[in-house]
Amino acid sequence: MSASPPLVATVSSAHSAARRFLSLVLIHGVLIAGALFMLAPFIWMLVTSIKPPAEIFSAEIALWPKQFYGVENYRFAMEKAPLLRFALNGVILCAGILVVQLLVAIPCAYALAKLDFPGRNLLFVLVLLGLCIPVQVPAMPLYIGLAQLGLLNTYFAMMVPFFLSVFAIFLFRQFFRSFPDDIINAARLDGMSEFEIVWRIVTPSAWPAIAAFAVFSIVAHWNDLYWPLIVISDAKLAPPPLGMMFFADAETGSNYGALTAAATILTAPLVLAFLIARRRFIDGITMTGVK
Amino acid sequence: MTLALDTPMQLVSSRRRRLWIERVTGLGFAAPALLLLVLTILAPLAVLVVLSLTNYEFGGVDLDFVGLANFQKALADPIIRRSLLNTLIYVAIMVPGGVFGALLIAILIHRRTRTRSLYEVIYFLPVTSTLIAMATVWQFLLHPSLGPVNGLLKWLGFAPIAFLSEPSTALATLAVIGIWQILGFNMILFLAGLTAIPRDLYEAADIDGCSGGIDRFLTITWPLLGPTTMFVVITTMITAFKIFDTVAVMTRGGPVGSTEVLLYNIYLEGFQYFHTGYAAALTFIFLAFILVFSAAQTFALDKKVHY
Repeated sequence: MSASPPLVATVSSAHSAARRFLSLVLIHGVLIAGALFMLAPFIWMLVTSIKPPAEIFSAEIALWPKQFYGVENYRFAMEKAPLLRFALNGVILCAGILVVQLLVAIPCAYALAKLDFPGRNLLFVLVLLGLCIPVQVPAMPLYIGLAQLGLLNTYFAMMVPFFLSVFAIFLFRQFFRSFPDDIINAARLDGMSEFEIVWRIVTPSAWPAIAAFAVFSIVAHWNDLYWPLIVISDAKLAPPPLGMMFFADAETGSNYGALTAAATILTAPLVLAFLIARRRFIDGITMTGVK
Repeated sequence: MTLALDTPMQLVSSRRRRLWIERVTGLGFAAPALLLLVLTILAPLAVLVVLSLTNYEFGGVDLDFVGLANFQKALADPIIRRSLLNTLIYVAIMVPGGVFGALLIAILIHRRTRTRSLYEVIYFLPVTSTLIAMATVWQFLLHPSLGPVNGLLKWLGFAPIAFLSEPSTALATLAVIGIWQILGFNMILFLAGLTAIPRDLYEAADIDGCSGGIDRFLTITWPLLGPTTMFVVITTMITAFKIFDTVAVMTRGGPVGSTEVLLYNIYLEGFQYFHTGYAAALTFIFLAFILVFSAAQTFALDKKVHY
């Protein structure tokens, strides 16, 4: 009799331990299967980029190459297409857009949040409307305008539709609104100009929002194809996605070794940046996404 | 201390001066943004309205007003109807997959302690990757004879599938790639939503005898995630509706028009065939859908989908 309660306890705890174990297996099973789906293209890209053509085109499919052919594939890709130039174009494009976006959006957001000026509400309504208008909508008039000005095939043409980020204005306004008025008033009494207040007091406090927006902006424009495809036909100016498209067209889609080598080179900068600054990226998406 | 010595008159005039400075700086700070707003959004929109009412072709000299003929043509055009239908089918596949897939993954990851960040990185990786470059890889992965996916199918005893060159599977295949790209993004939003749910709610539910995982999900997680879910659904809809990249690179609308989508047709009409007037009308049809989705978003956020 006296032995029975502990026995029941052990049985039920063994039972619940088994259940726990089973549910853990199930959870990790689903997660690992999903992770394989997410990683498969990356793995296949890396593996193919070091395979010789004979193995790529053989009927039997093996994960690991028998013969290492990476040097040849990467060298071929680099010789046939200015891949580093594409990456550099991507850097110039993203940096140019981001700098102007911040220079324009921060003062405007401050004015909307903290200053009383005529037309403020109208401007804010326009900003909200602008949030709903993707670049594909003004694309054709902008294209015609740039063509008339002889500005097609320039970095400027690639950047200009994105100089104004209504999203940045919206995001920073939310952030600036919670900045204490007392500090601003104290700075005014100290004789600081509004210009100094914006750039030396309010902007540093909004650093998390600015970092979040920078991540959002860089990821969007590094990967954007639609607008560069329209205004750029000169391969020397192509950002990574357009460069990849040119390369895939020019090199006929069959040299998979070189194609995947090129894909690796053009995907690497942003993926590496993400792996290094993982928290920034994820916080950035959370902040810009949830608003 | 000087302030205490000011007379009321001086106070009023300094207050006025302050207001005046505020107005001028406010206008000055907003001016660059306003200028860009006019130049890159408002003026183009106005031009687009005018273009949509004409038969203008870029590079040509003729320009006649044709009223709403472009819109009538667009609505009757079987190619446009098909591409609109294709776009909506794409949205209908990608939204449930991209939202519920992400929700499932987020819930499973949320409780992990040691492995959480590893899974986060893996699932988020496609978001940061250049889709055009990865599209080339996908093309190879799905290759009818050389690709490992068909290799696996053959090994399992199934017949190979030409995913991208078969009209019945091409659009769905692109949608799966779309899900692959957006899953990690939505997962991060859901994780943020899950973190905001107070822990003691689950403890309270435990005491109330609501201990099963599914019970807890239905009584606590799902209702409290309402606003996040609504937001994720609508942003995914908008993203899906703007499908262009994978079509432009992988299928170019084919096979036999089965992956022609609205934005791709607008691109062809506007920038390849230079039917500018017609493309302007198509752009407004595109914008109408985007605005409906955005309005739904505003409405949903206003109503605060709370229980």
